[in-house]
Amino acid sequence: MSLDRKGFDFIRKLDELAGRKSEYLIKSEEPTDPKYGFYPFERPIDVYIQYGFIPLDKPPGPTSHEVVAWVKKILNVKKAGHGGTLEP
Amino acid sequence: MHSYKEYVALMELHAEVDVEKLRQVMQMFVGKIFQRPPLRSSVKRSLRVKEIYEIELLEIVGRHVLFRVRCESGTYIRKLCHDIGLILGVEAHMRELRRTAVAHIRESLPIVTLHEVSEATYLWKNYGDDTLLRRVILPGEYIVANLPKVIIKDSAVDAVAHGAQLAIPGIAALSNDIKKGDRVAIFTLKGELVAVGKSEMSAEEIAKNVKGIAVRIERVVMDRGIYPPLWKKAEKESQSGQ
Repeated sequence: MSLDRKGFDFIRKLDELAGRKSEYLIKSEEPTDPKYGFYPFERPIDVYIQYGFIPLDKPPGPTSHEVVAWVKKILNVKKAGHGGTLEP
Repeated sequence: MHSYKEYVALMELHAEVDVEKLRQVMQMFVGKIFQRPPLRSSVKRSLRVKEIYEIELLEIVGRHVLFRVRCESGTYIRKLCHDIGLILGVEAHMRELRRTAVAHIRESLPIVTLHEVSEATYLWKNYGDDTLLRRVILPGEYIVANLPKVIIKDSAVDAVAHGAQLAIPGIAALSNDIKKGDRVAIFTLKGELVAVGKSEMSAEEIAKNVKGIAVRIERVVMDRGIYPPLWKKAEKESQSGQ
């Protein structure tokens, strides 16, 4: 079993977080080229923000839409969305 | 996608009732229930069937009842409180509501306030220190943690980022519980989310076949051009060979 260790550990951590217990079937043991992309926690900060997600404690009062607008303004990002009070 | 939601709600009864009776009536609502969305709602007001998975009574003080409920997405808790009141014969309404989980996204994650976002951003912008910001923001990959996963080779990433269907030769590994028609998340070998799609095959079929479309892409997340466009090169080569 020789998938990229760091990448695979991260993916398994996600499974664990969501309570997923399934195993993986390996089709190919190709390595990944460090020249392209980033491990999610090693993204440069601007890229990290772009692909980021904030579990936000929304105060009562402002709408989710308003809060998204504030977060966009604070972080100076163009694209952001929400999926409810405790959603992405 | 049908995910579950979890809330903690405060219900106010319009008269005091026997605790045991309250407990019984509330448990009557566990299972499939009929619900018509309230007057002020964002969906069509037709009678719907929604499932309540669990109701846990947390605290009762006088007419105030605090409870936790786990239910199907789209269930109105305001309506649930109203209906509990009707069955009890005293009427009731919802005073307060807090959503504590959406599928696997729950309060056990490091939930942050707007102030913390603002503070962390300030520290980064003015002092160049991003440690706090990296704690406040999590990789977006967390959002799809509950989906079965397909891990693809570097050579297939840019094609999928361009919206191409995922073919079997591009796959490096996959969750063994994928069924045909399941929504799956497509990851790079480094753990980056590339796209979300519907599987055209079961895990066994993908494992034993050498060609064919495995996943129909529904939504691309990764920007184009991050991984090399090997597929374009291959296309050119095959064209020049003709």
